[in-house]
Amino acid sequence: MTDAAGTNPAWALLAPVVLGLLALAAAALNGILVARAEGRTLRSGAAAPVFEVARLMRQRRRTTVAADVLLWRIGCSGLVVVALLKTAVIPVGPWVLADIPVAIVWFNAMDVMVWAVVWLIGWGANSAYSLIGGYRFLAQAVSYELPLMFALVTPAVAAHSLRVSDVIAAQQELWFIVWMPVAFVVFCLSVVAFSSWGPFATAASGDIAGGILTEVSGVDRLLILAGRYALLTTGAAFAVALFLGGGAGPLLPDWLWTLVKTLLLLAAFVVVRHRLPEVRPDRLAEVAWMIVLPVVLLQTLIVSIVVAVRG
Amino acid sequence: MTLQLVLIAAAALFCVGLYGALSQQVVVMVMMGLELMLNGVILAAAAFWWFLAPTPDGQVLLLVVIAAMTVEMAMGFAVATLLHRSRGSDMTDSATDLSG
Amino acid sequence: MLSTIVFSVLAVIALASGIAVFRVDSMARATYALAVSFVAVGALLLMFDLDYIGVITILMMVMEMAIMAIYMIMFMGMNPALMPMSMVHNKRWSAILAVGTFLLLAGGALLVPWPARSGSPATDLTASLGEAIMGSKMLVMLTVSPILFATIVAALVLANPRGRYDRWGDDLQRARPDDPQQGGLGK
Repeated sequence: MTDAAGTNPAWALLAPVVLGLLALAAAALNGILVARAEGRTLRSGAAAPVFEVARLMRQRRRTTVAADVLLWRIGCSGLVVVALLKTAVIPVGPWVLADIPVAIVWFNAMDVMVWAVVWLIGWGANSAYSLIGGYRFLAQAVSYELPLMFALVTPAVAAHSLRVSDVIAAQQELWFIVWMPVAFVVFCLSVVAFSSWGPFATAASGDIAGGILTEVSGVDRLLILAGRYALLTTGAAFAVALFLGGGAGPLLPDWLWTLVKTLLLLAAFVVVRHRLPEVRPDRLAEVAWMIVLPVVLLQTLIVSIVVAVRG
Repeated sequence: MTLQLVLIAAAALFCVGLYGALSQQVVVMVMMGLELMLNGVILAAAAFWWFLAPTPDGQVLLLVVIAAMTVEMAMGFAVATLLHRSRGSDMTDSATDLSG
Repeated sequence: MLSTIVFSVLAVIALASGIAVFRVDSMARATYALAVSFVAVGALLLMFDLDYIGVITILMMVMEMAIMAIYMIMFMGMNPALMPMSMVHNKRWSAILAVGTFLLLAGGALLVPWPARSGSPATDLTASLGEAIMGSKMLVMLTVSPILFATIVAALVLANPRGRYDRWGDDLQRARPDDPQQGGLGK
């Protein structure tokens, strides 16, 4: 178990590398699933992200008429930056970049930055389909944001603290996923949603010619696609820290357990894309406000009562 | 970082917002001016709290100001939507009469 | 010394982006300049040890600016060609009034003999805020909650173009509501 984790300067250089490797693993899994569905060899699917990176790095940037270049570039580079800022508060074993006392609220603030970033990507291209993609993301985000906030509050209530290391330490006897499963499911779905992935990929969906991905090319496209995988990875790592006990486990050291659990959860997220159809934001709105929000509130109420009774 | 320095910065923010709220013709831009004014108020309230009386009760005032900002924006946008729907314009100058 | 430098940088950023809101030519840029100003003020709050309130300010304000951008584009049209837009009335008197107010406020800030600090901040400010708002300041929570709820209801009622009778028919007896886009539950 981690106590008050310390800031190791080497971890500051290692954390983006680990994030990148995990994101690459997620992209490789996605490539494998796509290759299996298309009948190609699995190895070609696993190598597809590497080839895509190489292709995008040398691709010439496409320009559009009267594009708002400043905001567009800020948006395109924003997803990766936000993912890195989120990783800053996640402890891996004894290392953490910034074990701030309000880490859970920080995570929430960063995924609200994703709202602004995705809209900027949609706006910057001066293209109708791009802008529609950006609007769709905001419409969907309004629906999942309140359930996400309550799902984040629930482990904080149970651990009496907003600090991630305290939340991990409070799961020593029983992991939080056991007695707050609704919060865990809602959190995982919200991670998939703010990464514009799978059933919630309406911002980048094919029926609007790719949405926010319509006009981006070259390095910008690489940053956005990598940013999506990076957001999935940090979301999975945060879910492990909040609900799956962090580094708890029998034989291996805690940093290895954290990475293993993150990889398993990340694989589940990637597989979800190939199992569930895309959800339209207007249909999601009624379900989110009428069903999901009351259920999450009930979950938070039950957890609060248990915590108050236990004293 | 003394109280006076922070208060001057907050006063400057407030006055930039005041200029915007008074001079802009579009309703949404007036609201952005109001937001800047409340921004200055939040900074000044936090400065007073920190330098004069750092009790928890003072933080509650900050939360109330943030809630007031949210309420103002929500109602402002509802009114702007309605104005646009009925008058077809978003200028404050076309909303100066009560009838219509 | 370092805190003064950090404070000055953040205050200059907040002020410059605040001024930029009214000087740039594009709607999206104005909105996100305001967002930058709010993030700078949130960072300033973090310097006062107000961790929770600072991060909450950043969170809420970026969310508001993202939604505000939609309204800006809706009402003022797309202006990505960055045509010069200056839609002001009464510019001279507004500037005079604003500068006058600044002189008044800054003069007050410099000339008033502020009292000494009474008390010191609690060690865990977030916990003490929570206890205050649930304990001695419970009345604040009790009044803010119905205010927020009333705002949601009032804003929806004002902005919604279709009322009950459009959706459910003249006698409110229709089986499914007549919406241009059906929601997920058919309510």
